[in-house]
Amino acid sequence: MEGDVVQMGAYIGAGLACTGMGGAAVGVGHVVGNFLSGALRNPSAAPGQMATMFIGIAFSEALGIFSFLVALLLMFAV
Amino acid sequence: MATEAADAANGAAESSVGMPQLDFSTFPNQVFWLVVTLVVIYLVLSRVALPRIAEVLAARQGAITSDIATAEELKQKAANAEEAYERALAEARAEAGRIAAEAKAEMQAEVDAAIERADAEIASRAAESEARIDEIRKGAAEAVRDVARSAASDVVAALGVKVDGAAIDAAVAAQMKG
Amino acid sequence: MATETRGEEGGLAFHPMDQFIVKPLFGDGPVGIVTITNVTFWMALAVLCVVALLVLGTRGRALVPTRTQSVAELAYGFVYRMVEDVVGKDGLRYFPYIMTLFMFIVFSNFLGLLPLSFTTTSHIAVTAVMAIVVFVTVTVIGFVKNGAGFFGLFWIEAAPLVLRPILAVIEVISYFVRPVSHSIRLAGNMMAGHAVIKVFATFAAIVAISPLSVLAIAAIYALETLVSFIQAYVFAILTCVYLRDALHPHH
Repeated sequence: MEGDVVQMGAYIGAGLACTGMGGAAVGVGHVVGNFLSGALRNPSAAPGQMATMFIGIAFSEALGIFSFLVALLLMFAV
Repeated sequence: MATEAADAANGAAESSVGMPQLDFSTFPNQVFWLVVTLVVIYLVLSRVALPRIAEVLAARQGAITSDIATAEELKQKAANAEEAYERALAEARAEAGRIAAEAKAEMQAEVDAAIERADAEIASRAAESEARIDEIRKGAAEAVRDVARSAASDVVAALGVKVDGAAIDAAVAAQMKG
Repeated sequence: MATETRGEEGGLAFHPMDQFIVKPLFGDGPVGIVTITNVTFWMALAVLCVVALLVLGTRGRALVPTRTQSVAELAYGFVYRMVEDVVGKDGLRYFPYIMTLFMFIVFSNFLGLLPLSFTTTSHIAVTAVMAIVVFVTVTVIGFVKNGAGFFGLFWIEAAPLVLRPILAVIEVISYFVRPVSHSIRLAGNMMAGHAVIKVFATFAAIVAISPLSVLAIAAIYALETLVSFIQAYVFAILTCVYLRDALHPHH
């Protein structure tokens, strides 16, 4: 019975951790959207900033991946 | 836990630890093979692949540069040839113009000369004709005088009047003058 | 615990993580340090692909490249420009190193997309080793090139004096978090994509939603193809960024 409670807690925690991925999605969308609006204003400068955009995406996406990892850990490793 | 055979079938033994990524017993194996892989790739790339690609790219760059230079040279040559052609054409045109002008002048001179000659001939013929007309006129006047004198002397003789020739001449001359 | 869960599932069995299991290629003994495992197999395949593309593909040294050769030159030019742009001219010495990482990751990721394949880069052990190697190398290069001046990376001259110690603490922490995020980003992306494909594939067993699930697999697969490349690119470009910090800590 106690095991079931632990498991339930773990699953609820995993589900909660998945909300972090939504945040990462918002973040990535924000980065790309702002890049795009800037690029449309000044298309000549856009190619040079492509790398910066990808770095920004990587950083904000990493946090979503962390929450995903927490969810996985809760589901499989706790 | 299931038997050995079942484990091999569904991998339950391995996955019982949860995430395979956290199965620390497989870490040394992965790390070992990763290091081997990276060293092999590094050696292959740094010894063979990258120098070769760099060489190919440099060769291509060189070829492109020399091709562009050749093209530039050929273009220059073509421009020169065109310029020479234009010059030759202009020269030929000028020559043709000159020859035409010369021919025209020559012909004009000839024509002028011919006209002059014709004019001269016409003038001489006219003068000749005039002279003959004068002569004829003079001849005619002489003839009239002769006729008048002989007629006058005949008429005078018929009238029975004795008149010398000089008086008749004078009278005829006076009449003809009038 | 996971085993128990699976036992209770009945008809619909979710095994999204089974594809990441490291097992010996021949027989099933314990996994020792030099055991030939599926890790070995897929890494060897990645090596073969790199050799095929970059060595065999450029064998002709043609002035007008063949298709393979132009792909190889494209990869070369891509990484070369990245190193040149991000690190600068003095970073070109480390170009083969970054090229090695990039080619290995890109081929591991793409090979991992093949059905029934094993993704070596989805394992934290693999990515952590690469990230730690990058971290140690960069730190050593930083201290060798700049001596104590490398601490200037943490002591931000542009900030007000009061804030500098606080910023220094934050900078030090972020510096040491680098290998963690660097490795988990790659492994997590690969693991997440493959696990999601596997989950959708499990749903395909239910007849009613299987068309939807197949469509979803196709969509996720396309996304994963993109992610495979972008993660390799990001890994390489972050390595370049760290290298730049090591070479010019005051920028």
